[in-house]
Parts: sequence; C-alpha cells; structure tokens
Amino acid sequence: MPEIRNYTLNFGPQHPSAHGVLRLVLEMDGEVIERSDPHIGLLHRGTEKLAETKPYNQNIPYMDRLDYVSMMQNEHAYVLAVEKLLGIEAPIRAQYIRTMFDEITRILNHMMWLGTHALDIGAMTVFLYCFREREDLMDCYEAVSGARMHAAYYRVGGVYRDLPDEMPRFSAKDLQRDKGELDRLNKNRLGSLLDFIEDFTDRFPGCVDEYETLLTENRIWKQRTVGIGVVTAERAKALGFTGPMLRGSGVEWDLRKKQPYAAYDKVDFDIPVGVNGDCYDRYLVRIEEIRQSNRIIKQCVDWLRANPGPVMVENHKIAPPKRAAMKSDMEGLIHHFKLFSEGYCTPPGEVYAAVEASKGEFGVYIISDGSNKPYRLKLRAPGFAHLMAMDEMAKGHMLADVVALIGTMDVVFGEIDR
Amino acid sequence: MDLFLDILWILIKIVAIVLPLMLCVAYYTLAERKVISYMQVRIGPNRVGPKGSLQPIADAVKLMFKEIILPTSANKTLFLIAPMLSIGPALAAWAVFPFDEGVVLADINAGLLYLLALTSIGVYGVIIAGWASNSKYAFLSAVRLGAQVVAYEIAMGFSLVVVLIASGSLNLGEIVMAQQGSWGLFNWFWLPLFPIFIIYFVSGVAETNRAPFDVAEGESEIVAGFHVEYSGMTFAVFFLAEYANMILISALTAIMFLGGWLSPFHGIPVLGAITDLVPGFIWLLLKTLVVAFLFLWFRATFPRYRYDQIMRLGWKIFIPITIVWIVVAGFAVVV
Repeated sequence: MPEIRNYTLNFGPQHPSAHGVLRLVLEMDGEVIERSDPHIGLLHRGTEKLAETKPYNQNIPYMDRLDYVSMMQNEHAYVLAVEKLLGIEAPIRAQYIRTMFDEITRILNHMMWLGTHALDIGAMTVFLYCFREREDLMDCYEAVSGARMHAAYYRVGGVYRDLPDEMPRFSAKDLQRDKGELDRLNKNRLGSLLDFIEDFTDRFPGCVDEYETLLTENRIWKQRTVGIGVVTAERAKALGFTGPMLRGSGVEWDLRKKQPYAAYDKVDFDIPVGVNGDCYDRYLVRIEEIRQSNRIIKQCVDWLRANPGPVMVENHKIAPPKRAAMKSDMEGLIHHFKLFSEGYCTPPGEVYAAVEASKGEFGVYIISDGSNKPYRLKLRAPGFAHLMAMDEMAKGHMLADVVALIGTMDVVFGEIDR
Repeated sequence: MDLFLDILWILIKIVAIVLPLMLCVAYYTLAERKVISYMQVRIGPNRVGPKGSLQPIADAVKLMFKEIILPTSANKTLFLIAPMLSIGPALAAWAVFPFDEGVVLADINAGLLYLLALTSIGVYGVIIAGWASNSKYAFLSAVRLGAQVVAYEIAMGFSLVVVLIASGSLNLGEIVMAQQGSWGLFNWFWLPLFPIFIIYFVSGVAETNRAPFDVAEGESEIVAGFHVEYSGMTFAVFFLAEYANMILISALTAIMFLGGWLSPFHGIPVLGAITDLVPGFIWLLLKTLVVAFLFLWFRATFPRYRYDQIMRLGWKIFIPITIVWIVVAGFAVVV
C-alpha cells in the first residue's frame, strides 16, 4: 500500500491572484491547507542599496516604485525623514497638500484593494466600478505632477509646485467621439484642480454605496469572508501588524492620530476598528477608511482654497530656485547647478520617520554620515509583516480562502521585495 | 433505398438542429461579453464587424489556427477524448427537445430520463480532462467538479421527479401540454412548484459550472481548472460544450416551468387571441433568452462560493427541500 502524502501545490508566481509575484508553496490535505510557505524576492530591485549611491533628492522616484499603488505616501515617509535630518519643515500649505494627496492615495490604494479582493473572491463587477473612480484620482496625480502613477511630487522642503488653476481637459483629438460625449467628460474639469477634487468628494460616497450594495450584505460575500483568517488583537500586535490589518483586529492604532504628521492634527476624522479580526471586519474597516479619507480631502480642499502661500521652503540650498532666477541671476544658476549635481549634505545622525500608509506603517530609517547621500537607508514595509502571518492565518482553511487572505492582506510586491 | 432516405432525413434534421445551435452558442458568448460589459460600465468587443458582431467568428478562426499542445506528462488518448466526451452529450440532449408542438427529432416517452442520463455523461468529459492533463490544478478541479455534480445531479433529478408527478408524463411535449390552461402564465409550473423551479434553475447553474458555482474553473484559485492544459480547438470544444449546456438548461427551464411554447396570455379575452397567433417557437425562444440572460446576470453580480459551501447548499438544503416537495406534490396529485 502506498504511503499517503500531503499534496504540495505551487501557487504562483504566475497565478492570476498572486497579486504580482507571490509564490506560495502550499502543503494541502485535500483542499485544506496544512502549511503555506511564501517565497518572496522575485521583485527585488535593491532599492535600499541603490539609494546609497544617489543624492537625497534623486531617491524620491524610487519611493514611488516601492508600494506602487500608494505612491505618494511612500514619498511622504522619505521626505519626512530627510526633513527631520535637515531640521526643516515644509510650509503649512505644502503640509495640507501632502495631507490631501495622502488621502487621495489612500482611496486609490483601497480602490485597488477592494477591486482585486472582490475579483479574487469572484465578484467581477466591483473591480471595474473601482477602476472607474481610480481613473479620476489618477488624473489628479497627473494634473500636479505630470505622471499618473510615479509622481515624485513630494520634495524635501515641500512639494514640487502648487496646485494647478486649471484642470487638464479631454480634447476632441484624444477621443474620436461626438461633441456631447466630450462635454460630458469635461463637465467637472472646467474649473481648477480643487474644483475637480471637490466634485469628486461630493459624488464619491455614492460610489462607495454602490460597492457596498454589491458586497456588504451579500450572503456569498459574507460566507467567504466572515470567520476567515481570524487574528486576535494580541497576535496582531505580536506579528507586527499595522494599518487596517491591526485595526481590523480591534486595536485602535493609527499614526495619523497617535503621532500626527503633516496636517493630520488639524483635520477631523475617525479611526474605524473591527471586532472579530476576520476578513469581513478588515473589509468593513477599509470601506470606512475610504469614507473618512473622503472627509479629510474635503476639509483640505476648503483650507487650500482659503489659504494661498508658498509650497516650498525658501532655502535654495535645498529647494531649487525659480526658473527665471536661474536664467538671469548668477546666484540662482550656482544654486541650481549645485543642487542638481551635488545635492545637499545632511548633518550626520540617524533618523526614523513613518507615515500611516494605506497598508500600515511605512517607515524610512536613514543613517547619515554627513555626505550628500544616505549612508544606509532602511525601509519598513507594512506588507512584509503581514505576509509573514500567511502560514498562521491560512492553516486549516481551504484553498479558496488562501486567495481571500492574499486579498485581505493587500500585498504589493514592490514594497515587500523592495 | 427507403432506409437510406430515412437516414438522410434524420441527418438533415440533426443538421437543422445542430447548426443553429452552434450559431446560438457562438453568439451567446458575444451576448455574454456585451451584457456583462454594459453591467460593468464598459463597452465590450466592438472592433470586429459592425458593433463587434463578428467577434465570435474571429474567435473561432483564431482558435482553429492555434496549436494544440499535448503536455508531455498527459495521457494523450484520454486527453483528446475528454473534449469530445464533453460536447457530445451537450449536443445529443437536443434530440428529445420539442421546439414546438410535435416538432421534435425523437419523440420518445422517456425524454426526461434521456436528458438526465446525457447531462450526467457530460461530466465525465470534464473529469477525464482533469485527470488526463496530469496537472495539479486540473486534478483539483476534477475532484471538485465530480463532487459538485453528484450533489446537484440529485437535486436536479428530484426536482424533475416533482415535475413528472405534476404533469404525469416523462415526455417533454406532454409536460408542456400539461401546463396549458385558461389562466395563461399562471397555469405554468413555476407558480405551483415555485421552490422546485428555483432549485432546478440554481442546480442547473451549478451543473454547468457557472458563477457563482464555478469552483471547477475558479480562475482566481485554480486558474482555469480542468482546461488549464488545453489550447486551441481542444479548449474551444470545452467552451462550446459549456455554453451549449447553458442554453440547454435555459431551454429546459422554459419547457418544464415556463410553459414551453405556450403563450403567456392564453385565456385573456382579446390579448390572448392575438398572442396565440404568434408561433410557439418564438415564445419558446423568448423564454429561453430570458433564462439565459439570468446566467449572465449572475456572473456579473455574485462572488464565488467556496467548494465546501456549495456542497452544503446542495446536500443540506436543496436535496431535503426537493424530497419534501416530492411528498407534497404526491399528496396533491393523489388527493
């Protein structure tokens, strides 16, 4: 009689719900998972090492590519760390812009998470609804930075430039459709970027209601998520969970409240927490976070309308001079040249700065030896700690639940593999 | 000579059924893509032909010219037999299907049993495909499907028993005629046998592996399941079989619960007289389309069940309800 062995299944990296390049080696007893072993490193690009060879300013675009669905939040952690090292602070308007774009990014990220999580569980339509709204937010990214995703908009000492007065519009050339279609697409783009964002915040709660109609009370959705991947508050803390994964287990911990940065101490919002720590609670927490983000964006829009001002520090050792000054003034030219060739030197020391990114605490730890490049850069990616819990969460569940767990962890390999 | 003519006549009838059927299948795939895309605020295929109307043709041509890959570790014979075993029953089931009063290829009295037998055989194609591919994903799919189909086959069989009790016949034509009455659509079996109607249709969705019961295909779990190793025409045949089965289930739902070719307004003074003039085939087609639309609607709306949840629904909910209804219907007929 042959020996009875467990079934070993190689899940990914070429798998539709591996969310990039996750490779899981699953040991299964029939459909039931006995052990799951995540293999990582397939998207390793050596960001931390690369950063040691670049002046501080030139590392910002690498941050976009870490967690590539919450780009600006990663930039935020990095520029906060460098600002802390230099002992400077961005102007208040820049702080509000950062707050607003952090929350836009949070919505972008949670939309991506909701769409793919639902798609993994089999609800196809939510995915496309989410991407419809993501498109508008991508346009906001594009309006301020010129890039839809990898914006490099936050700079040390502020942001790249102020919000544009005019929202870019569709032109008849871009889409060969009739006039009515064009007018419909441009309807909310006639004013400034802030008008566009305000219009978005007005209609967005209705969109979230739409997603909830399809999922929240759906019996199949509940059967697939309630009681799946339960993590107790103690275990969540022990495993190093942060963000919605921790709050889903009922721990009220949010860096935006506990260690306020940017303008978070000046805006009003709530932190949702779960009760049971299962996939369904984490789903509800994230949905409520989307609504709260929308609330924050609205407050930022109101403040930004009322308070014009500089968005970058005036110190030209750190911030580039105005273009006109660079062209006409020797001082400006020297500053410009020095800044873009050598960069700036920081005082020696160590610094850690963290932001509440959409997935959890995203931290940047810099050791400076006083030169113009970091001596060592260490990134704390929330997804890495979450993925470590895979084995514990998946044990005893079925194959289909593993897919739900990958979804609920919201893993993005850019930040895990770095 | 007479024998030859008889056979020729039968062959002509078979072609007359299968050709439009295949065309329906092809355009059902287009309808699916269009319906789902409009539900998902997108446009769907619109490049091939006017409004994308030639898309299925283009797909077929593409699939025909693709290489058929035989995995080295697969059992070649079984691997190639599986798709045929899958589509054969899906087409053969139409032999007893009445398109209108008396318009049927084989008017046999055990039509219902024949249908049950053929839909069960179709599953072997899929199970063999999963086994012969010698792939872990395909194997898991075959196991899932085997268990799922056994469960829902029973629920489906029992609900057909209720229909059989209510109509007193195994002949599909007579089942339709048993639903005729002066109250039009309120005479059809969907109303008196409402729970059975729901169970039959849901079991049909499960039987054809459609969302939300598509665990055998489950693209986000086991990628494509049993046809993960198939390519080109061998894959296309599975695809055709799946859609042919969906149309079959829709048409059977129309026959058994929605009055087949009968007019829904039969019995209403003026409207009934006018609508009775419409050929029965049109009514049947309309009803089939409505039910077929439901398949697509489900796919766009529901998340996927987990494998064990499907089994629970089948064994613990559907089968007990059908058994109770068999008893209820039995009493109702006797008393």
